[in-house]
Amino acid sequence: MELNDIVAKAEAAVAEATTPQELDSVRVEYMGKKGLLTEQLKSLGKLSAEERPAAGQAINQAKQQVQQAINARNEALKQAQLAEKLAAERIDVTMPGRRAAVGGLHPVTQTIQRIEQFFGDLGFRVVEGPEVEDDFHNFDALNIPANHPARADHDTFYFTPKTMLRTQTSGVQIRTMEHEQPPLRIISPGRVYRNDYDQTHTPMFHQVEGLMVDTDVSFTQLKGILEDFLVNFFEESLEVRFRPSYFPFTEPSAEVDVRRKDGQWLEVLGCGMVHPKVLQSVGIDSEKYTGFAFGMGVERLTMLRYGVNDLRAFFENDVRFLKQFN
Amino acid sequence: MKFSEKWLRSWVNPALDQVELAEQLSMAGLEVDDVTPVAEAFSSVVVGEVTKCWQHPDADKLQVTEVDVGADEPTTIVCGAPNCRQGLKVAVATVGAVLPGDFKIKKAKLRGQPSHGMLCSNSELGLTDDHDGIVELPSDAPVGMDYRDYLELNDVTFDVDLTPNRADCLGLRGIAREVGVLNRMAVNAPEVPAVTVAHQQHRDIELIAEEACPRYLGRVLTNVNVKAETPLWLSERLRRSGIRSIDPVVDITNYVLLELGHPMHAFDNDKLSGAVQVRMAKAEEKLTLLDGNEVTLQDDVLVIADSEQALAMAGVFGGESSGVTTESQNIFLESAFFAPAAIAGRARRFGLHTDASHRYERGVDPELQRQAMERASQLIIDICGGEAGPVIEAKADRYLPQPQQVTLRKERLARVLGIRIDDAQVTEILERLGFDVVSDADQWQVSVPTFRFDIAIEEDLIEEVARIYGYHRIEAAAPAAQLRMVSRKEAHLSGSSFKNLLVDRGYQEAITYSFVDPKHQALLFAESPTLNLPHPISVDMSSMRVSLWPGLIGAVAHNQKRQQQSLAFCETGLRFVPERDAENGVQQQAMLAGIRAGKVQLEHWDETERAVDFFDIKGDVEAVLATTGEAELYTFVAEAHPALHPGQSAAIFKNGKCVGYAGAIHPQFEKKLGLNGRTFVFELELDAIAQRRLPAAKPISRFPSIRRDLAIVVPTQLAVGEIIKAIEKVGVNHLVDLNLFDVYEGTGVADGYRSLALSLTLQHDDRTLEDQEINTAVKAVVEMLTNEFGATLRE
Repeated sequence: MELNDIVAKAEAAVAEATTPQELDSVRVEYMGKKGLLTEQLKSLGKLSAEERPAAGQAINQAKQQVQQAINARNEALKQAQLAEKLAAERIDVTMPGRRAAVGGLHPVTQTIQRIEQFFGDLGFRVVEGPEVEDDFHNFDALNIPANHPARADHDTFYFTPKTMLRTQTSGVQIRTMEHEQPPLRIISPGRVYRNDYDQTHTPMFHQVEGLMVDTDVSFTQLKGILEDFLVNFFEESLEVRFRPSYFPFTEPSAEVDVRRKDGQWLEVLGCGMVHPKVLQSVGIDSEKYTGFAFGMGVERLTMLRYGVNDLRAFFENDVRFLKQFN
Repeated sequence: MKFSEKWLRSWVNPALDQVELAEQLSMAGLEVDDVTPVAEAFSSVVVGEVTKCWQHPDADKLQVTEVDVGADEPTTIVCGAPNCRQGLKVAVATVGAVLPGDFKIKKAKLRGQPSHGMLCSNSELGLTDDHDGIVELPSDAPVGMDYRDYLELNDVTFDVDLTPNRADCLGLRGIAREVGVLNRMAVNAPEVPAVTVAHQQHRDIELIAEEACPRYLGRVLTNVNVKAETPLWLSERLRRSGIRSIDPVVDITNYVLLELGHPMHAFDNDKLSGAVQVRMAKAEEKLTLLDGNEVTLQDDVLVIADSEQALAMAGVFGGESSGVTTESQNIFLESAFFAPAAIAGRARRFGLHTDASHRYERGVDPELQRQAMERASQLIIDICGGEAGPVIEAKADRYLPQPQQVTLRKERLARVLGIRIDDAQVTEILERLGFDVVSDADQWQVSVPTFRFDIAIEEDLIEEVARIYGYHRIEAAAPAAQLRMVSRKEAHLSGSSFKNLLVDRGYQEAITYSFVDPKHQALLFAESPTLNLPHPISVDMSSMRVSLWPGLIGAVAHNQKRQQQSLAFCETGLRFVPERDAENGVQQQAMLAGIRAGKVQLEHWDETERAVDFFDIKGDVEAVLATTGEAELYTFVAEAHPALHPGQSAAIFKNGKCVGYAGAIHPQFEKKLGLNGRTFVFELELDAIAQRRLPAAKPISRFPSIRRDLAIVVPTQLAVGEIIKAIEKVGVNHLVDLNLFDVYEGTGVADGYRSLALSLTLQHDDRTLEDQEINTAVKAVVEMLTNEFGATLRE
């Protein structure tokens, strides 16, 4: 048989092979020890020395050609096999994944954490304190002596005339200043209690109070830090106004309003320069140091931020409400 | 403080509209809460006179009238009011009038009689709530005049929410003064001339409690007609300030209170005997108040008395026996300065709050008593007739507030505000406020007028300057501080870190009230004493929680009632355990708690559903404890807890001290607590887990680890925890991991026994372990298990 014919036949056989096994028998038939092409090589001995190199080269070329065909076919068969396997493994990727339930922090906690972050970045330390307080820390030290009209405004839950649920977290400021001298930068978040329950009041709510005492703390700085906070908290350049007000523990005092989208002003904060009597009651030299303090209602800020319209929802703990904040 | 805009404008009338005026007051610290019209909208109501009035021929309760409304012809109107009569001046809604509630008046026929309008009551005009028949106007009311003009109803009431320091504005005089200051305008206060003293009848005054009452003025007015009618202008001003008209004398004292901010009291002079005493009450002294209630006084309550008995709680409330009635003819009028400290808190103690106590607690001008006395005398004589006796004044000068001198340092003003206001401007502001000012290079020496009794210290003046200068004009600046790093303890684990972990494990953070239902709490913690609120919002919010469980159980129950079945909540917060030695008698301990109920997994097409069980909640607790880096310090011990299922309850110990519990809520409480099915809870003391072990790194072994599995059969009642602890103790060389990977009971294992499959993983730090060493180690374990627990190897 002519070499060309053998190659043509081999290539045809390769093309016909549909499995690796068939392909391998084709390889054996042509390239094996007794294969047709191998036999051709053996017959080289019969040729003359002059003819031999050219003939050998031709045979090797033929072998290479067949081998390439086999390799190509082999690759094609493997690909086909893989494709078949992969096709069988096809899944519906639109079906729901295997998810573990993930919960979430309460929106009030989230707001407190945001506030802590903003002030923490400015070096304000978070301090906490007891919720059952005595009248010294909740009132007296804050310049609210017995029978002060401001006490009546607090709707206090008393246990005894001397102990009560704290009505504000300001007592924590007193507790801190009792032990530390300025410079002081603290914020105290936590639960506070007032004996009042209606559409806009719950008997328990959360406050974050802040205090900064240093040698040159001024009202301009109080305005600066709170405007800065409100703009960052709401992430928009809100109109903010400071309105004169009164708190026994600060002077001058102010309430801070933000302008809502409907044009109405809404009170969000109370603040002022720490009253000298407060500093004196904890042994801080009110001539040497000045300070500012501020307090904000966490629920009110959360309601404004996320559009919650019923204060009481915060303490019902309905998962359908809470999950909106996850 | 409520007042009519028109009244204010009669004192001082700045060129500001209503909205601007309200804004100006608010921005000066007198917060305007509300501005409301003094009357609802209505039109075409005029003053009319009933000229004829006769019985309706076909209706018993109706009358037919002819009314003069200033038109050429009288108008015929049918009226059903019993007080309708000839000669009455009345408010008439003419045809075409629109009354509140969009009620249109048209020509009508009532039982056959034509009626061209309506005679109105004040309630039909939306002015009052009482239905006392049609309006009875004074005989001088001009017929035909628009009723709104007649009553000046195109007016609003300003409701100013005054802060406790601004008691000087609890009268129109103070508000007007403030508006004058803000607008640089003079204020036209009404002239208060002294009335003519017509006789010498008087009552002596014995000022016994001098400190509590440093000044007391009394005057006898004779032949006063209390049956006289309070003039409309006066009752309207009272109404617009939210005060009901009672009788002319009470109305006048109330009017002076509103006008000058000074409370007064009138006694029936004929019911007093002897001198008027101002003294402290005797302990247990009784007094029947004007509202008919009898109170028992203490000796720190100031009273006005006569020679026989206490007559009134000074500055708070009058007494019934000495009060003025319409029958009274002679009046003893009181105008006193009571020290705020002597009044503050007294009203509250008796559950009272009066316009007088509200002012006296906060303070009144100590120099205003005579003016108030003359003003009230003048009005009584004008309205009720009568003659005034001399004003008797008793005072104790040494207890009267002394005029305040306050120094304002320029440097301090600039330092506190953070800006420097021009000196001349500061002087101008202080003078505008009515202060006498002497300034030098460093400071202002300020004499405070008695009407600004709230000003006592330098900060008060700083606030005044800032307030009048305008808070909005004080610029904002960034705080300046010395930068110091805040110490952050790396080993500290915050409550948030645990909550974040639990949130990742599917928990929703809850915030529940710190006061819970005592019934629920008693069920779960029968033996724990509790701290209770004497005056709670409601009984079911009256007991301070001794655990976070009652609140969390409430949250689960609330959600289960709303078709939410798979629930997991966590909470951090204080529990309140009464303890004599603790600060304020209560230990306030921060806790971390969790609750789970319902299914474990979200429902899924490829997962089998399973109800939550003990090992789910335990796994959560173990995850929490693992974050401390020293989980091995904690052990779970089967221990009963009154709130928990006796067979599914574990105490969590750390170094021998119980720091928490985990388990199933006792099934017998489920229903009473509103729970639907098994509920698992845990609670840990936050302080006990607040520290983590900081990493101390060791080299890791580079040699292979070998795992050997053991299946042993042991009596079921043996605690696996004990077996694991024993294996660890045997000190199997190089044991790096020990795991219980299967538990089997049933066919092939005898009743009362179970098979435990354990894997032991061994590894050496420095070399590969030999087979023989491993076999020896495993053998030691098996021997120990056989000897100590009677375990057999499972074939």
